[in-house]
Amino acid sequence: MQPIGWLLMIVSVGSVLTLVSFCLFRVLTLPPIDVEDLNIAPLEIDTHDRRDMD
Amino acid sequence: MGWKTSGESWGTRIGVILAVAGSAVGLGNFLRFPGNAAQNGGGAFMIPYFIALLLLGIPLCWAEWTMGRYGGLRGFNSAPGIFVALTKNRYSRYLGAVALLVPLIIYMYYVVIEAWCLGYAYFYLTGELMKGAEPQAYSDFFGGYVGSGSDGFLYETGRGRVFYFLIFTFFLNFVLIYRGVSKGIETFCKFALPIMAICAICVLIRVFTLGTPNPDLPDQNLVNGLGFMWNPDFEKLKDPRTWLAAAGQIFFSLSVGFGIILNYASYLKRKDDVVLSSLTASSMNEFFEVCLGGLITIPAAFMFLGLSAGQFTGSTFGMGFVALPNVFAMMPFGRFFGFLWFFMLFLAAITSSLSMLQPVIAFFEEGLGLKRHASVAFLMLITALGGGFVVYFSKDLKALDTMDFWVGTMAIFVLAMIQSFIYGWVLGIDKGEREAHVGAHLRIPRFVQYILKFVTPVYLVSIFVGVLWFSSRDYFESLTKNRVAGMSVAFITIVFLFLLLLTHIAGKRWETEGRFAEIENEK
Repeated sequence: MQPIGWLLMIVSVGSVLTLVSFCLFRVLTLPPIDVEDLNIAPLEIDTHDRRDMD
Repeated sequence: MGWKTSGESWGTRIGVILAVAGSAVGLGNFLRFPGNAAQNGGGAFMIPYFIALLLLGIPLCWAEWTMGRYGGLRGFNSAPGIFVALTKNRYSRYLGAVALLVPLIIYMYYVVIEAWCLGYAYFYLTGELMKGAEPQAYSDFFGGYVGSGSDGFLYETGRGRVFYFLIFTFFLNFVLIYRGVSKGIETFCKFALPIMAICAICVLIRVFTLGTPNPDLPDQNLVNGLGFMWNPDFEKLKDPRTWLAAAGQIFFSLSVGFGIILNYASYLKRKDDVVLSSLTASSMNEFFEVCLGGLITIPAAFMFLGLSAGQFTGSTFGMGFVALPNVFAMMPFGRFFGFLWFFMLFLAAITSSLSMLQPVIAFFEEGLGLKRHASVAFLMLITALGGGFVVYFSKDLKALDTMDFWVGTMAIFVLAMIQSFIYGWVLGIDKGEREAHVGAHLRIPRFVQYILKFVTPVYLVSIFVGVLWFSSRDYFESLTKNRVAGMSVAFITIVFLFLLLLTHIAGKRWETEGRFAEIENEK
């Protein structure tokens, strides 16, 4: 294998490995999704209070 | 404005990335890319390849993700609706029919290739594919297995073993798609992609530890195998076909222009990131292609077949189903590694084929108002007809090849040009940039927007004209000379007209529901 072949292979594989590592690191270290962004209905507690109580 | 959405969404951030990466990673990464590179200048091929990735692949992926989420937030998950949301023109939905045609037709022949991979994995388990060193044995086996000798060959009694694998693969796809975006596609891809990576890395380690497999042929060693793939021939850069092949490879590999990313991104929520997710999915695809495909296929073939490996570089099927089985038969523990390889290809193919069904299912549900079981049954019927057509007309794989050229090559360029035009000139790069950066964890440099507006469309048109110029002559000639080629194009045309009719019906329904008015009145 010629030296220029080695160089092209190492640069190509190295660039892709660097990019995929950077992206995966960024994605996996992001803060968790906020609770309000999830499709969960807000907690509603019926306290049985009445506005006209008093 | 409170848009009514489908209610389906991705479960996790990494889930959608793996699903898009799974859609992109397919047979092309492991078979087409190495052959393309070896044939077009070796290491020198990587120069036009990376230029195309930066100017065409990554920008178009960003645009597709952005447009998909934009349409999804306005209640549309299929291309006809998403195009209406983007252009605010109800007639643009007919352009979206192309984005249904492409995945639908590709699925019809892709599922057949998928079944070949599963069959080969099974034949390694049973040892049937360990046929010794004679290359002709593998060529004959493949021909008999896929029925390339004559039309209707596989429908004859006792010759249709491929049907067992085809029926299993076909139903597996529909079971997964029936479970929905999160429980079906996402869950499957979360397991499939890591397993694919592990299988491919095992095969890579095997290839890299082979040294000089035959001491009588000391030149056929690992270093020379890598050289056969990576030694550059810079003269090839003067040939426009090299640049065309590189751009085409990037294009097919990233699944740009398939209408799949539009659909997948439409299930994202408003604050979900599209920029980093898109780049991550693209880079994962590149990992499978350059780091695994580029280091395994050609070096392994060279180490066992020597310079004669070169005759397979122009043929994806020749490399995958004739040359590599020959290699595994001569390799120590080849039966085990052959199984790993074809099982990995099967997983890669299934994550891709799932993504071809979902855009059409989404359209049947939102456009025609069908429930999930009805839309799945309807799509099964259509794709079974298409799959049966491809399997019946198996002589020289003519039906498969014709569909692959007219839809899998030409139509995806047409769809990519439509999408590129809508993003750059209808939605506009300023609005596109604002939309892309909502919830983004990475910034797209401003110049990329200008690339999307001016460079990408010109690049796409150039490739389209180039492919027409260099490759289409034979296909045009075969339309009149070969009955199966003509019938295949007629079949594609009938399916397209049918999809246009369904798009028309969907439009009437959306009009009645007042969805067009909602979109057109949006500020």
